[in-house]
Amino acid sequence: MASSIQILLDKCTGCTLCVKACPFGAIHMANRKAVIDMAKCNFCGACVPICKFKAIELNKEASAKKDLSAYKDVWVFCEQKKGVVQTISFELLGEGKKLAKKLGCKLCAVILGHDIESKVEELSHRGADKVYIVDSAELKSYQDEPYTNVLVSLIKEYKPEIVLCGATTIGRSMISRVAVKIDAGLTADCTGLDIDDKDKLLMQTRPAFGGNIMATIITPNHRPQMATVRHKVMKEAEIHKGHKAEVIRKKYPADVLKSRTTLLDIVEEIEENVNLAEADIIVSGGRGLGAPENFSLVKELAKVLNAAVGSSRAAVDAGWMPYSHQVGQTGKTVVPKLYIACGISGQIQHLIGMQSSKVIVAINKDPDAPIFKVATYGIVGNLFEVLPALTKEFRKLLKK
Amino acid sequence: MNIIVCIKQVPNTTDVKIDPVTNTLIRDGVESTINPFDAYAIEEAVRLKERFGGKVTVVTMGPPQAEAALKEAISLGCDEAVLVSDRKFAGSDTWATSYTLSAAIKKIGAFDVIICGKQASDGDTAQVGPGISTHLDIPQVTYVKKIEDISENKAKVERMTEEGYDIVETPLPCLFTVVKEINTPRLPSLKGMMRAKSALIAKWTADDIEADAKSIGLDGSPTRVVKIFTPPPRKGGEMLKGDTGDVAKELVELLKDIVI
Amino acid sequence: MDYLLTEQQIMIRDLARKVAKEKIKPIAAKYDETEEFAWEIVKVLVDSDLFGVYIPEQYGGLGGGVMDMCLVAEELSKACGGIALGFAGTGLGTFPILLYGSDEQKKKYLPQIAKGKVAAFCITEAEAGSDAGSIKTTAKKDGDHYVLNGTKQWITNAGEAEVYTVIAITDKSKGARGASAFIVEKGTKGVDFGQKEKKLGIRSSATREVIFTDCRIPKDNLISKEGMGFIVAMKTFDCSRPGVAAQALGIAQGAFDHAIGYARKRVQFGQPISSFQAIQHMMADMATQIEAARALVYATARMVDSGAKSVAKESAMAKMFASDVAMKVTVDAIQIFGGYGYMRDYPVEKYMRDAKITQIYEGTNQIQRNVIAANLIKESLKGE
Repeated sequence: MASSIQILLDKCTGCTLCVKACPFGAIHMANRKAVIDMAKCNFCGACVPICKFKAIELNKEASAKKDLSAYKDVWVFCEQKKGVVQTISFELLGEGKKLAKKLGCKLCAVILGHDIESKVEELSHRGADKVYIVDSAELKSYQDEPYTNVLVSLIKEYKPEIVLCGATTIGRSMISRVAVKIDAGLTADCTGLDIDDKDKLLMQTRPAFGGNIMATIITPNHRPQMATVRHKVMKEAEIHKGHKAEVIRKKYPADVLKSRTTLLDIVEEIEENVNLAEADIIVSGGRGLGAPENFSLVKELAKVLNAAVGSSRAAVDAGWMPYSHQVGQTGKTVVPKLYIACGISGQIQHLIGMQSSKVIVAINKDPDAPIFKVATYGIVGNLFEVLPALTKEFRKLLKK
Repeated sequence: MNIIVCIKQVPNTTDVKIDPVTNTLIRDGVESTINPFDAYAIEEAVRLKERFGGKVTVVTMGPPQAEAALKEAISLGCDEAVLVSDRKFAGSDTWATSYTLSAAIKKIGAFDVIICGKQASDGDTAQVGPGISTHLDIPQVTYVKKIEDISENKAKVERMTEEGYDIVETPLPCLFTVVKEINTPRLPSLKGMMRAKSALIAKWTADDIEADAKSIGLDGSPTRVVKIFTPPPRKGGEMLKGDTGDVAKELVELLKDIVI
Repeated sequence: MDYLLTEQQIMIRDLARKVAKEKIKPIAAKYDETEEFAWEIVKVLVDSDLFGVYIPEQYGGLGGGVMDMCLVAEELSKACGGIALGFAGTGLGTFPILLYGSDEQKKKYLPQIAKGKVAAFCITEAEAGSDAGSIKTTAKKDGDHYVLNGTKQWITNAGEAEVYTVIAITDKSKGARGASAFIVEKGTKGVDFGQKEKKLGIRSSATREVIFTDCRIPKDNLISKEGMGFIVAMKTFDCSRPGVAAQALGIAQGAFDHAIGYARKRVQFGQPISSFQAIQHMMADMATQIEAARALVYATARMVDSGAKSVAKESAMAKMFASDVAMKVTVDAIQIFGGYGYMRDYPVEKYMRDAKITQIYEGTNQIQRNVIAANLIKESLKGE
């Protein structure tokens, strides 16, 4: 009962548009007609709408539709470390609420740990209608097997329709195991989640091929539909102090909680500076600063914003900043929420490293600088006036 | 020590761009290479073999041209290679892929350690490694940045976390996914390259690994891609004009939500 | 130009190129500054099986010949001629053993060298450069030993190498037949090293005096027979001179690649300077000379590997021509860079400093001309 795809040779004109459209390189030309390599074709259907001559016929198998009506509710796995609920959980609860609303079902928080009863209230305030809490000594710190086994047991018993989890080191390790154990579909690092109006399916959108293409994925025939979301992609749920959730406390026997691996120690390494690759806000300086000592203006603003400091290649080559701060084609690629480029002209080699930033602010005295073509907000002005003014205003705003 | 390394052949560049005019892919000269994270897995496996003796078997699920990646792995020190390839695997998502690889591993036989890269540079899901360990029902440690100690039946490793690292002990056999902090991969050796040239790569089909038809390929994949599109290209935005003090105030107001 | 390399030679060349680009290029400038020996590159070359590419398989090498050695030397020199000397200089120090060593000597030393022990060749002295015949270092037989006394000067790899092949006088009365070749191991009592010389170029290569003071070595360390010293030396040079030529070739090519890249980017008078005929003609001349040198070096290397009886003339030609080309090309490369070429921040001035030595060592180009002329006359006499 497999899908099938074929080229209607009488309609194919050899225009090669489909060859370029295929993300998997599965189409090539032979004797001026398109040929699909079945070993590479994924039946994704990207080629079908591209063909102006409707020469590609794709039949996606309609597999027997299972009865999935028993699966209800949107679950969010709430990660905690050392008894502190991680903020990714609040972001997922925020997004989960929207999905639950569209489906007309409940938003449930799932939390595992030890001595975490106090977290129930926190999760309720963030919008959870139900909180599933499993509090056992064996669950104090994350271990792959007990957490996987508990989550699998919960899912099998309570049958959620959707399960969301943070794409953290813990989340990614655990949720892949869960998905395989319960034969569910899992989409990683989603940047967009929505409910399809017609089929009420979870539409999971994520970047592919380095972010240059977006793919929307569904899990039509398996439940629950599972997705992970990265930190700082969704907005945190608002706090409603009055909100109360139904609490379900579960305990599991030793064989569910056992672990073949043993956690011997947790070591924390304190980073002195904000890590460039992980930073939400980056203030970056370039040749326009004029001299190495002027980088202090950039560092000052970064300090106020609790941001990482970046540099263009020109400034690194000039010896003003170490290479570890270089952003660009030969440096680091960063995807912060806010990138402030000071005195950076915006050569393509630099843009490659930061153009996926959510908001780009450019400050440069040259109105023709290419950076303004990609900046969300641009200021043509003197850095030595603008930067201190900005620093002052941000200080006021953040009360620093 | 019997070590198995799972690798994936991926396009050599993540710079697969879309032509904004025709909305089609621009793919000039996209070669294929070993997934960069798998290079660290291969290196770690070869180091373990050099330390303890034994054998490294490298395995991949892919189209026939994935053989080139296996040969490269041999030139880096792997001893044997298996290509699991079959049209029936087309359309596999990570569930089906991890099932297929675990079926192949079962056929390879006894092992002490399976090493995988953290994730593939094209899919970026990081799901196949944990999927394999679940299908095989063996313990796993992900994001391994150092193997401190390893003996015949257990290992002590450092697992990278957002705050630092955990020290985890695990019995063998087990599966590790490794991060790039774990080692510096070596260059291929000439003797390795010559061995790779004449190496016989085992080629297995779905029948060879006795795969359940319902668990492989499109049928075995719970997820489906329904749409592929380009994100809208970045356009220039607003130019803020005026007196420096006013412009600064305006910008801070606009960025308020992000910054707080 | 396609030199019809074998598949194995292409593998060797490509791997050496990869090492040069990924491992040597990032550190070349730094090591030129610090004048340190790049041990990590020796390790990379050993691990990739390139270090012993010219050593027979039975001794742990790859079993290649002079051609393979030249391919490696050329590729490494494109990134740094100085760091390449760790490899090429070892070749020079190893050839005496390869060509004239006994089975025991080969079995003992060649595997060690293939595994990363650096070698050095010692003939030059303060009063004996081109006039190699007037060396004064002596080796006196004493029972089961030879006792070495004397000082060798400007020895490449000295102090870093473990294996030294040394030419010393065993019988002064016999003139040209009075010298012999020996193997001396680092750490032997009576072997000392002078200070590292401060050089114009190839700064990361270690150049030192090697001082023998009543240095006792086992008599089994004599290579071949007493009196064979200069023959061993000359035959060694026949094999190593193509290697020097290859090093010069790599330096020339590396400088040229930088120059053409710069010429295409540098805009003056509204155009890239590569569009000006003055620059174009320079580039054409440089590229043609490099290619001619390459053809000569490869042909010579292949001739040596074919077992030809007499290769002295060709080796001398290759070394002389390639090194003269390297000097000219690197000077022109700086010219193309203009003012930037003179600045140490830019890579090209190093290539000129590195190129100069190739016209001097392993026989100055004046000596090479002597060798060529002598062979030409000999051939002409035969012809009559």
